[in-house]
Amino acid sequence: MPQQKRPIRLLRNLNAKIAAVPMMLTATFVFAGGSLWTVLYSFTSSKLLPRFSFVGAEQYERLWAAPRWNVAVENLFIYGALSLIFQFVIGFLLAALLDQKIRFEDTFRTIFLYPFALSFVVTGLVWQWILNPDFGVQSVVRSLGWTNFEFNPLYDADIVIFGILIAALWQGTGLIMCLMLAGLRGIDEDIWKASRVDGIPTWKTYLFIVIPMMRPVFITTLVIIASGIVRVYDLVVAQTGGGPGIASEVPAKYVYDYMFHAQNLGQGFAASTMMLLSVAVVVVPWAYLEFGRRRHG
Amino acid sequence: MTSVSIKDLSLEFGAVSVLKDLNLDVGDGEFLVLLGPSGCGKSTLLNCIAGLLDITDGQIFIKGKNVTWEEPKDRGIGMVFQSYALYPQMSVRGNLTFGLKNAGVPRDEIARRIERAANILQIEPLLDRRPGQLSGGQRQRVAIGRALVRDVDVFLFDEPLSNLDAKLRSELRVEIKRLHQQLANTMIYVTHDQIEALTLADRIAVMKGGLIQQLDEPLTIYNRPRNLFVASFIGSPAMNFIKGEITGTNGSPVFRAGDLTISLAGYETQQSLAPGHCVILGFRPEHITISDVPGPAGRSCEAVVDLDEPMGADSLVWLKVAGKAISVRVDSGRRYQPGEKVFLIFNPAMASLFDVATENRI
Amino acid sequence: MADVAEISGPQTAIEPRGARPRHAFSRRNIFIYGTLILVAVYYLIPLYVMVVTSLKGMPEVRLGNIFSPPMEITFEPWVKAWSSACTGLNCDGLSRGFWNSVRITVPSVILSIAIASVNGYALANWRFKGADIFFTVLIVGAFIPYQVMIYPIVILLREIGIYGSLSGLVLVHAIFGMPIMTLLFRNYFAAVPEELFKAARVDGAGFWAIYLKIMLPMSLPIFVVAIILQTTGIWNDFLFGVVYTRPDTYPMTVQLNNIVNSVQGVKEYNVNMAATILTGLVPLIVYFVSGRLFVRGIAAGAVKG
Repeated sequence: MPQQKRPIRLLRNLNAKIAAVPMMLTATFVFAGGSLWTVLYSFTSSKLLPRFSFVGAEQYERLWAAPRWNVAVENLFIYGALSLIFQFVIGFLLAALLDQKIRFEDTFRTIFLYPFALSFVVTGLVWQWILNPDFGVQSVVRSLGWTNFEFNPLYDADIVIFGILIAALWQGTGLIMCLMLAGLRGIDEDIWKASRVDGIPTWKTYLFIVIPMMRPVFITTLVIIASGIVRVYDLVVAQTGGGPGIASEVPAKYVYDYMFHAQNLGQGFAASTMMLLSVAVVVVPWAYLEFGRRRHG
Repeated sequence: MTSVSIKDLSLEFGAVSVLKDLNLDVGDGEFLVLLGPSGCGKSTLLNCIAGLLDITDGQIFIKGKNVTWEEPKDRGIGMVFQSYALYPQMSVRGNLTFGLKNAGVPRDEIARRIERAANILQIEPLLDRRPGQLSGGQRQRVAIGRALVRDVDVFLFDEPLSNLDAKLRSELRVEIKRLHQQLANTMIYVTHDQIEALTLADRIAVMKGGLIQQLDEPLTIYNRPRNLFVASFIGSPAMNFIKGEITGTNGSPVFRAGDLTISLAGYETQQSLAPGHCVILGFRPEHITISDVPGPAGRSCEAVVDLDEPMGADSLVWLKVAGKAISVRVDSGRRYQPGEKVFLIFNPAMASLFDVATENRI
Repeated sequence: MADVAEISGPQTAIEPRGARPRHAFSRRNIFIYGTLILVAVYYLIPLYVMVVTSLKGMPEVRLGNIFSPPMEITFEPWVKAWSSACTGLNCDGLSRGFWNSVRITVPSVILSIAIASVNGYALANWRFKGADIFFTVLIVGAFIPYQVMIYPIVILLREIGIYGSLSGLVLVHAIFGMPIMTLLFRNYFAAVPEELFKAARVDGAGFWAIYLKIMLPMSLPIFVVAIILQTTGIWNDFLFGVVYTRPDTYPMTVQLNNIVNSVQGVKEYNVNMAATILTGLVPLIVYFVSGRLFVRGIAAGAVKG
């Protein structure tokens, strides 16, 4: 009997491992390594070029002292909270309406979702034009007779974030509607039948039976919306450029501007680390719930 | 008195006709099973009775009242679904009471009904659990309980046991039968499982293609199937079919297929068995006996054993007779060897004859 | 007898038969369709305004309101947007950005899908030790704000010597497309019956043979979904374009933003809107042509993500 060589462990499934090399490199060097690098250098005094001169939390102190950053964070909170609420409510209501076995469902869905295919830049520019005070909604309403009508979010620092919100909702609600609709369609039809036999009104069935059943979909949707909120950047750049003044600044824009224009890398790194932290606050509990529970059965 | 009465019911989805001009009367306290292969329209019919589907034409009466346009909740029905359809975020008690609370039933009345249902179904210890914490059998019991507390005359079951494993299924089958004996309600039960149908039903309606093929007591359906479809759908192992023609005089008709001839003396039929008539002869495997010696002339023939399948209590022996395969159910006490020569004895009184062209029983 | 039956009170009411009577204009229907139509109008207005504005001449834009249809249709804004609108120093219109975007999108889509499909296949069907760890890091990476990884990648590309070039941006797109694409393919291949895979192995097929001869032919739908997702995603990208390219290699979105938001010269709103439509045209066409597949793609990508 010929002696068999014991296979070398590392070479088992060698082709599969080779195929996974790009993933390993990306995961290790770009995602894990890159993030670590940025976090590490946020504690340095890097200016034009990254320089490893440790200065402790100085960048963070400067960051939180900067009015521009504070405006950006405040904007993110207002924009985030409102966009979360509205996207959820509008998305769910639209999905529930589309779920009523209506005619032209495909047409309506196509209309509600098409803005999602467009880029934020296009979205921002369209709404910049529609909200233009001299030609857009404000001037049209005024020309109809309400000459005192005032709706000028793009040049009014107090409400500029709502102008961005309108555009963001227009662009993103279709996606949420689609997710919710998929969730509604995933609910056992027999549940609806049972509630009809029980004589439960439709709205009560939604409120007490269907919505509680859709928890997993809601959580997924929440994570998707939340991670999108933190990233908001192109929309602001295109629609307002952060203005008027610094009224519509957002953290992502702060990072970019400090890294590539203000030549103050340390500030950019510190700001982006703060962004990472805020995402972690949302994602880590979710991942723990989602995957931790699965492991426990 | 009839409990559920269906008159000329039709249902079309666009151009597709699902139920065609269907008539059905279900007696008070009767256990009726709708049986058929998937896509035959049996569940659809049940949903129409429940009012969950809008019918295209016809009328539905429950307890003599025309309920064709009534909402499901006003029809006096309770329904049990295949997927249980329990409300997952509510406790068992919540599931049982939700509909009642909505209908404005007084508290003490609700409590009384819950107690009764829980008692009958023996689910008292489960009342405060969530459906997710129950086994499949327990969930199905709760689902039955939800129909029970509605205090209705007619129960509708939509394949209630299909999601359970074989052992649990036979246990719950017995329980449902016992429940029916105890409550004496009208029950309409949809299934594709013929054992469930045969064991539970007072009457079975065998359906195919949106039509009721035969509506009869279980044993009649089994022994005297009205057409070829019913004959082949009911019975496991399946009925043997041999295609041939009638020969012989009217007084003593004979079935002939190639070299095989079987006397049909004693076969009950209203029609005349004219010579030259092309027919299909059907025998259930247990209605043929195997013998080592030839039987009475005209009712016996020689056969060669092909295969012996022991199934525990009995065996299924496959034989070749005049080039055709025939299965016979025998006592498992004796094993047969392939190639063995034996004799088959047929009993014409237990046979079924079908017209080749119409496939109807003769 | 017939007479007697007719006058016997309640019997004269119509005997219910057939379908429940339905009113096309029931309150429920009016509410549902009314709401849907209203919302649909809101969603369509921006598209309408874009098109209408882009077909007007500048004098008309200044006089009229943005919702009124053009009195005189002109395609000049479109021509100008495409071939002679100015961004800073260049005045050769959006065409340059368009072709840049094509040269970025096509290789990026091919590269990212090639990597991700093979990778997803390896993860789903050839589970090897440690694979799950890398995959988890990859998926977590999808949630990390890009801003955190931007600068290290700048250094990386500079070291390789492709910072500012189209191939650098292609590489970036391949990297950031990896999490969602890998997930998409992994889930798809994991749903393929394992028996099929085992049968092929027993027949002596190896890693690549199974991928090419068995998995690829049966996964056309998921490839189409992936192509749709990546094409729209990469075409619409702005951040990576602005970070990793130079003015002469800017993708269309960046160039569009520079045209519209440039502070020099007189604002030509009609040209701006024509340019905006032109930039949105590619993803819109992909969306309308792909229809249900697009929905399936975002649902598959999002719900399981």
